Parts: sequence; structure tokens; C-alpha cells
Amino acid sequence: MRRVRGLVLSPSAVTVMAIAAGAVLLAVGLELTGYHSGQAFRAMWHGAFGSWYAFTSATLLRAIPLIVIALGFALALKGGALNIGAEGQFYAGAIAATWIGLQVHSWGTVPAILAVWLASCLAGVVWMALPVLLRTRYGVLEAISTLLMNFIALSLVSYMVQGPLQEASGIYPQSDQIAEVARIPLIAGTRLHWGIAVAFGLAALIWWIFKSSQWGFHLRAVGQGAEAALVTGRIDRNRVLAAALLWSGALAGLAGGFEVSGVSHALYQNLSPGYGFAAIAVALLARLDPRGIVLSGILFGALEAGAGAMQRDAGVPSVAVYVVEAVVILVILLAGAAKAAGLGSRSPALSVGVEP
Amino acid sequence: MPVRFALDDITKRYGSVTALDGAHLLLEGGEVHAVLGENGAGKTTLMRVAFGLTAPDLGTVALDGVPVAIPNPRAARALGIGMVHQHFTSVPQLPVAENVALSAGWPARPGDMRRRLALLCQTLDLPLDPDALAGTLPVALKQRLEILKALATDTKVLLLDEPTAVLTPREAAGLFTFLRSFASEGGAVALITHKLNEVLDGADRVTVLRAGRVTHTGPAEGETRSTLTRHMIGRDITSPEQSRSVSGGDVLVRVADGVLASPSFQGSGLRSGSLEVRAGEVVGIAAVEGNGQRELLRASAGVWTLDGGVVELAGSCAFIPEDRTSEGLIPAMSLTENVVLGGAPGASWLRHAGPLTTIDWQAAAEASAKIIEEYGVVAPGPESPVATLSGGNQQKLVLGRALLSEPRVIVAENPTRGLDVAAATEIHDRLRRAAHNGAAVLFYSSDLDEVLEMADRVVVVANGRTVPVDGAPGRTRVGELMLGSRSPGS
Amino acid sequence: MSEVVVLTGFLAAAVRVATPLMLAALGETIGQRSGVINLGVEGAMLVGALAAAIGASIGGSTVGVVAAVLSGALVALVFAAVAIGARADQIITGTAITLGAVGVTGTVYRWYFGPGGAGLGIETLAPVPVPVLHRIPILGPALFTQPVLTYAAYLLVPLTWWLLFRTRWGLKLRAVGESREAAIVAGVNPLVVRSTATILSGALAGLAGASLVLAQVGTFTEQMTAGRGFVAIAIVVLGRWNPIGVAVAALLFGVANASQFLFQAMDLDIPYQFFLMLPYLLTLLALAGAVGRVTAPNQLGR
Repeated sequence: MRRVRGLVLSPSAVTVMAIAAGAVLLAVGLELTGYHSGQAFRAMWHGAFGSWYAFTSATLLRAIPLIVIALGFALALKGGALNIGAEGQFYAGAIAATWIGLQVHSWGTVPAILAVWLASCLAGVVWMALPVLLRTRYGVLEAISTLLMNFIALSLVSYMVQGPLQEASGIYPQSDQIAEVARIPLIAGTRLHWGIAVAFGLAALIWWIFKSSQWGFHLRAVGQGAEAALVTGRIDRNRVLAAALLWSGALAGLAGGFEVSGVSHALYQNLSPGYGFAAIAVALLARLDPRGIVLSGILFGALEAGAGAMQRDAGVPSVAVYVVEAVVILVILLAGAAKAAGLGSRSPALSVGVEP
Repeated sequence: MPVRFALDDITKRYGSVTALDGAHLLLEGGEVHAVLGENGAGKTTLMRVAFGLTAPDLGTVALDGVPVAIPNPRAARALGIGMVHQHFTSVPQLPVAENVALSAGWPARPGDMRRRLALLCQTLDLPLDPDALAGTLPVALKQRLEILKALATDTKVLLLDEPTAVLTPREAAGLFTFLRSFASEGGAVALITHKLNEVLDGADRVTVLRAGRVTHTGPAEGETRSTLTRHMIGRDITSPEQSRSVSGGDVLVRVADGVLASPSFQGSGLRSGSLEVRAGEVVGIAAVEGNGQRELLRASAGVWTLDGGVVELAGSCAFIPEDRTSEGLIPAMSLTENVVLGGAPGASWLRHAGPLTTIDWQAAAEASAKIIEEYGVVAPGPESPVATLSGGNQQKLVLGRALLSEPRVIVAENPTRGLDVAAATEIHDRLRRAAHNGAAVLFYSSDLDEVLEMADRVVVVANGRTVPVDGAPGRTRVGELMLGSRSPGS
Repeated sequence: MSEVVVLTGFLAAAVRVATPLMLAALGETIGQRSGVINLGVEGAMLVGALAAAIGASIGGSTVGVVAAVLSGALVALVFAAVAIGARADQIITGTAITLGAVGVTGTVYRWYFGPGGAGLGIETLAPVPVPVLHRIPILGPALFTQPVLTYAAYLLVPLTWWLLFRTRWGLKLRAVGESREAAIVAGVNPLVVRSTATILSGALAGLAGASLVLAQVGTFTEQMTAGRGFVAIAIVVLGRWNPIGVAVAALLFGVANASQFLFQAMDLDIPYQFFLMLPYLLTLLALAGAVGRVTAPNQLGR
């Protein structure tokens, strides 16, 4: 018999362990609070994988924003920066997408959709601009500033849907439907839009950037050894970090644009069921590897889809899946897998500042 | 009653590396005992065992004939063992009084702390401002703080790890006077050093370690530099005859009136630095830590930008930073990735596609394989993390990487720090060969003897100012200049 | 006369808003002084708030307070196990803890209180005037006619200061926060010191949650902490890691927050959402002004 070597676990074992731990904890919690976990899990499975329609129109549909945001989170974290404000950038992107989407009735489909996407990316960048400025100029920890920007974004959406972007009839706190031309076409027979292809494409692109581009290498160098990157690599750390964070914001903004132009076609409050945070689990589960992010994104898409079904069919609050997401993150951290992804050497000076 | 502190038959292995192999150390009350050995011989590990920082695999520790267990520093202190570490171990952001209180177990009431500290300073005749932040003290006073901490509780055995490495000769002499008085009251002192003069002049007995074993122990009297060297490295070492040529090459590095505040706000910074390095020569920088030499070196290499003054660099420059694991290399990355990190702008593995620059990892792997072979880097392979390499092999990689692009200028900051003699000799040879082939080499070491051995010409940096030294400088003369005194004293 | 009434009411509101922030920030000050940045303080506060609501609905407000403190400490224990025990990234751990807290509180809340929610059936903490002091004009009613948890916050300011700067435990804590290596050499066990500090800070975050439910809002709603824990972390920075500075910063935040009610009452033609953004914007701007000029504990986040 082969000897089991200490506590060194393969990444895939950790992945399975993390998911299993999340599921078990959820089951125990549900039983304790008087729900039928069996029923809840059946509802989840049915809602996520029960049919081709469920898989495409629920699971994959929700995987799109998760994948796109997680790619951005990974991009920033490769450089040692934490974007915990994807939720806010998502909403900024959604607001911009709605606003453009309402203006382009007379445009052609392709320019209209591209304009919506571009606007949402830019909005994400704008939403990230202040944290980047605070980080590079004043040394304010980006994790805290991006978090705080989330709350500002929530209020801004609330204002928009009750103010400038409120539907013409003025009844509900939501916007009018965006122009037909600005909506992303759906894949026949499903509610899944073609943004999924863009998400896969982005994953491939970012994988290539990490692997082959000099910028990607500089990003990793800054993330893993800031001093050496500076002294030996002569890399301008602030520039690399700023670019990584801004791209991260752009991707989260784009996810918001996708959601408006591909799914909701209008702006609401609570448009995101916490994609910004779930995406952290997605990225960490994949150890920041873009190829893995596609898979873990689909897995968490299923979880989100299942959560909706669980609430509908078994009466379990959908927020319960947050527990699963949290447990997945914690187990991965505990297993030290995050260290292998380069998080272990994340520059500690990134704490509350001290070095502008 | 004289104490006897005995470490016996101590063995410690780290994986496949044996740091200590049945080593012993016997200290008697009233003596200053030097522990001598090359880097990597196991001196520090032995001290760490004595202070409870490292648990030995085998061996016994006894105090006054009674076997004792020292599982942690607290136990060591309770037994009356104090240690002055090689590195500064105070909390820089806390004042002197709190640092001593923390280490001595005093209550944290300000009045109490100050009273006890004043008493301690008076008893030991080592005055120190209780309110000064530890991090802002000059080096010699930082060490005084370390000694106060080590002696704040009733201490019978005092261990010191290379205490004079950061001191000027005059400060070192003061330290020995203190150690002598401590020993004369019955205490035992063990002192790690690699300076042979200190052993011959200041120690009563000496224990020499080589590769984790004790090769010699006995009275210091009667030993000479060459006998000690033989104990240390097992053979006589003859420094290769050096041809100090006054070269007439072009000036490749010129710094004029350079001013640069210390980025860490420690030390003097560079107040007025001027130097020239010509093609084909090795210019050595002699300085005590924190006198602005780091600023001068880094400004010369273009790593830091001067606040004022001029730097002119004619041609490509390679910089070898002092701290290879934090500034020179990224330990978690592979050899190849680290080679790419330090690559010159025109490196063979860079590909340009419009605005995009990509990396041809195949070409990079070939370059790193070439370095591994040429420099004899012992590594599992080009794709293994640099963290798995020994210090000497890491430094070979750093050097090979720096010389890969055949730079015209090489600036090396303490490049042999922590290396054994063989590895250090190889680094010296490579740098000299580079100079011979027409490079301008600017070399700094914290070991004055090394600077004098390597350099064709010496520039002293003291208090942030450069002082050129003409002709063949004597050790004493350079030492005086390093202290900032221009007058030729005795 | 009516200006005095308005001013007093305004200040009283400011103190009420500041109380949970002060409690959480004092706890976080202890944690950060030991080198731990705990974003899970938001989660601990939220769990504390729910525990307070449930506890108060079972056994009255005292039970609520005790339940909140214990549950806050429990949440911090989880954080300590992962971020200190396993030395995982503190920021990510804290984020995950908060995420989990949102899920747990949401689920438990709906299970326990049912679809109707917690409502107002919770025994809250009424203002208790402090003898003599409450008679001081203007300030008396504002500062000294408050629920008992506010007084607890007042008392915790000097207590925390004393703990940090006058006890040996505080010295060890600060040493660990500044230089782990030096602390170890001095015989301090960083793991123990940091864990204790973190659990203490979690207990105070739980207390902050109790104050939010029992003394400020009067009921529990999902995600009701709304980033107050994160704001508390910023307050620690603004207060320069000193309990007295932290208390002042928390009060300033209370004032800024209360002014939002004042402005809204003024009937200016500004949408209310902008007032809701104000505290977060202020936090961001204040951070920009504060960081860089002050030095964080050296080991923070490591």
C-alpha cells in the first residue's frame, strides 16, 4: 500500500473537499433550522441540471457574470491587489448599460450592443478610479475602498431607478426596457445569451496574458515579490497595479452590462444576487487559473440557479448559498491552496497603507 | 561560583542538510569564548539551540552540571541565558524602555519601567535614552539595547552572534571591554565571529566549527591567523596574487555631488557622493552600514533616483542587490522566471508584436539552462522554484543572470553575504574576470578585508560623503576614514 | 429655544449612531494593534445583531446583549482559526466570514421570525439618564441620556487605552503587531496574543450589533449592518490606532451621519440616496487624508 504523505493534498482533492464541506454544512444547517435538506438539494439539482433548459437558461446564464467578474478578481489578485468591490462596479456597469441602451433605438444591432458593452466597461473603470487613486497616491488599502464603493453604488442604483432612469410610467422603481437593438441575441430555444461566448473568449485571452505576455509576467512578479519586481525587474509597481485594478473594474462593469443587455433588459435594485462576492469563491476555487474559472463559474452558476429553485420549491432562503460560498473560500484558505496560487506572498504592506 | 554551560553532542538536521553534527561547546565562568567558523558551519544554529530557538535532534544541554531542557527563549532566560542576536531583534516602533520591559518581563507601567531601566543602565554602565524609539537608534546603540535586554534579568551566560559585524573598530573595542568586565564577575560569554583578530586579541578560548563539527577547541593564546584558518576550512588559503592595474579605460560610471535621502530614514543617506569607475577596474566601497553607501550604489546603478547631483552611466548596467531573497529573486518563482525578471531590455526571449511584448518561454528556459551549466548552479532544474536552492546557488544564479547580457557596468552590493569561502571566491573570480573583459565594477562589502582584497581602488563613504583613497591603502588608514576622521591618527 | 432642542436632538442622534461604530472600532483597534485586520467584523456585528434580537425576544434585553457578545466572539473564533491559526490571507478570510454571516443570519432570521420578520416585539434598551451629568445644558441630554450600551462604549475608551498602553498584555500585543520576530525572541507567543485580541474584538463587534438592534433601530432586518463594520475599520485608521482618537473619529462619524437627518428635515431638494452615500464617501475621503500621515502597525495583515 502506498503511504499517505502528510497533509499535502492535491488541488483537485481540495476542490472536492471544499465543495463537500460547503454542502455538508448547508445540509446540517438546513436540518437544524427545520428544513428538509433532501428536498432542498433535489430542488437545487433540478433547478440547475434538471433539463437542458435549466442548464442553459439558469446555470450557464448565471455563470456568465460569475466568470467575467472572477476573471477580473483573478487579474487583480495576480498582482497582489484585492478587488472586493465587484458588486459596485457591476452596478456601475449596469447603470451605464441601461442609460446607453435607452438611447440607441435608431442604431444597428452590432454598434448598439458594442456601445452598451463599452459603456459598461468604462463605468466599471470609473467606479474603480477612486480606489486606484487612493491606493497609488495615498496608500489606502484597496480592499476597504472598493468595499465602501459597493454601498455607494447601491444607493446610486436606488436613486437612478427612482430618478433619472425610472420608467416613463413612474410606478415601479425600475427603468424602462432598453432598445431591442441593444439586447444580446439568445441562443435558440434557451434564455442563454451569446455573452457566454464572450466570457469563454475572455477566459482564453486572460489565460494567454498570464502565460505569454510580458505584462502578465510583470503582474505576477509584482504579486509574488514586490521588492524584487521593483529592484531587479525595474517594474513600476503602481502602474502595473493600477492597470490590473482598472481592468478588474472593467470586467466587473462588463458583467453588469451583460446582465442588463442579455438578461434583465432593464435596471432594477438587487439586480445582482451577490455575484461580486460569489465570484471571489469562483476565482479562488480555480486558484486564479482562467481555465478553471470557467469550470468553477459554471459550478457556482448551478449553485445560484439551484438556490432560486430551492427557495421556490423547498422554501429555503436563497441567501443560504452564501454559506456554501463562504465555506468553500475558507476551506481553500485552510488547505493552503491559496498559498500555492501566490496569495501567500501577497505583499503585506498592502494592509492599511503606509506606502503610497 | 563559576558557571559551566555545556552543549554536548548536538546534532540538527534540516531535511538532507546537516547543520550540526555532534557539536559541543563548553563555557566556563569568567571566560570570553569565541566561536569561529565559516558561514554555514553551524555557529548560529548552535547558539539558537543554546537559546531555545531551535530544537536539536540529538544532544544534551547542561547548566552547572545539571541537564536542562530549553524548549523556548523564555526557558533560556529563566535559566539565566541571554542572547544578543546577529540581527536587530527589538521592536523598532516601540521605545527603548518598552523593549527592555517586554523582553525582561517587567510590568508595563511607565514609571516602573523607567526606574528599572535607569538602574540597569547604571549597573552595567551602558547609558541609553529610555524614550528613544528603538528603530531610530544608531547601530551601536541598537546593539547596546540588545545587550541591555539580554542582561535585564539575572544573566549568567551571555551569547552574542556576530556582534561586531555592524560596529566600527573603536565601537568593537568598547564592546570587548564590556564583555571582559561581565566575565570578570563570573559570567560566561560566547561570541560568534568570523574576524580572526577579535579571537586573537579578545578571547580566552576558541571553538572552531566546520560543516557542523567541532574541529578545534582550546585556549586562544598560541593560535595564529593561519592556524585558525586551517581549523576553519581544513586547508591553508592563499589569496591569489592580484595584479592591481591602474587602468586607463573610459569612465563608464560617473556620479557627481550626488544627494539622496535614505528611503528608510535610517542612516545618514547620501549627502555628497562623487565617484568614477572606469572600464576594466574594480572600485571598492568601504563603509560602515548606514553611512550612505547603499544610496550611492543604487543611484550609480540607476535603481534609485538622486535627489540632487548627476549620475552618468555609459552603457548597460547590472545591479546585484544585497538581499537576494527579497530584492534579487522571487523565491516562489522558477529559475527561468527569475532569469526573465532580471533580463535586460533586449533579452533573447522577448518578442514584440506591435504594442504587445510577449515572452518566449522556450528561449528563456534555454538561457537559464545555460546559466545553470556555466555557473554550476546546483538545482533540480530550470523550472523548480528558486526557494529550493541554497544561498550560494541562488547567488550564482543572480550573478549569472546579471552577466548574461554582458553589461558594461556591474554594481554589486555585498554580493558574498552569507556565502561560504568557496562560493565567495567564485563570485570574486567572476567579477574580476568581468572587469578584465572591460566592464566597470563597483563593489561593496560590509567586510573591509574583502573590499581591500577585491578592489583596484577604494572609495570610503562616511557620514554620507565620499572620500577617495589614493594609492595602496592600508587597512588602518581606511578604517579611520570610515569613522569619518580625516586626520591621520595613530 | 427651539434651536437648542434641535441641537440637542441632533447631538443625541449623533451619539446614538456613533455607539455601535465606537464599540466595533474599539474592538478592531485591539485586533489591529496585534497585527490583525479583520473584515469579518462586519459579519460578527451582523451575527451579534441577530443574536441580540433573538435573545431579547426570549429573555429580554440582557439576554440579548449576552447572546450578541458570545456570538460575536464565536464568529471571531472562526476567523482566528483560519487567518491566525492557518495564517491565511486576512482580508479574504474576513470577506468570506462576512459573506457567510449574511447567509447564516438571513436563513436563521427567516426560520426564527418567520415571514413576518422580527417586528417590534423586542425588548429594547431605553435611555437611562446619568444622575447630575444629564442636567448639563445641551450636552447633558445628548451625551448622558442614552441607553446603557452607550455608557459602556464611553467606559471602554479609557479601559481599552489602559489595556493597550499600561498592561503587560497590551505591551505584548503591540510588540506582536509591530514585529512578530522580535516578539517571539522576547518570549511572546503571537498565536495566543493575536487570537485573544481577535476574539475580544469579535465580542465587541457582537456588542456593537446588540447596540444597533436594542438601542438604535429596535428590530432586526437582513444585512442591517450595511457596512458599519467596514466603516469601523476605517475609523480605526482615522483614530490612528489609539482608543481616544478612535472614539473621537466615531463621534465625528455620528455627527456626519446625524446631519443627514438634519438635511433631510430641512427639505432640501436633494434625493435621499445621496445622504445615504455620504458616510461611505466621507470614510473614503477621510482615509485618503489619514493614511500616509500615520503609520499602521507594521505587521498588519501579515
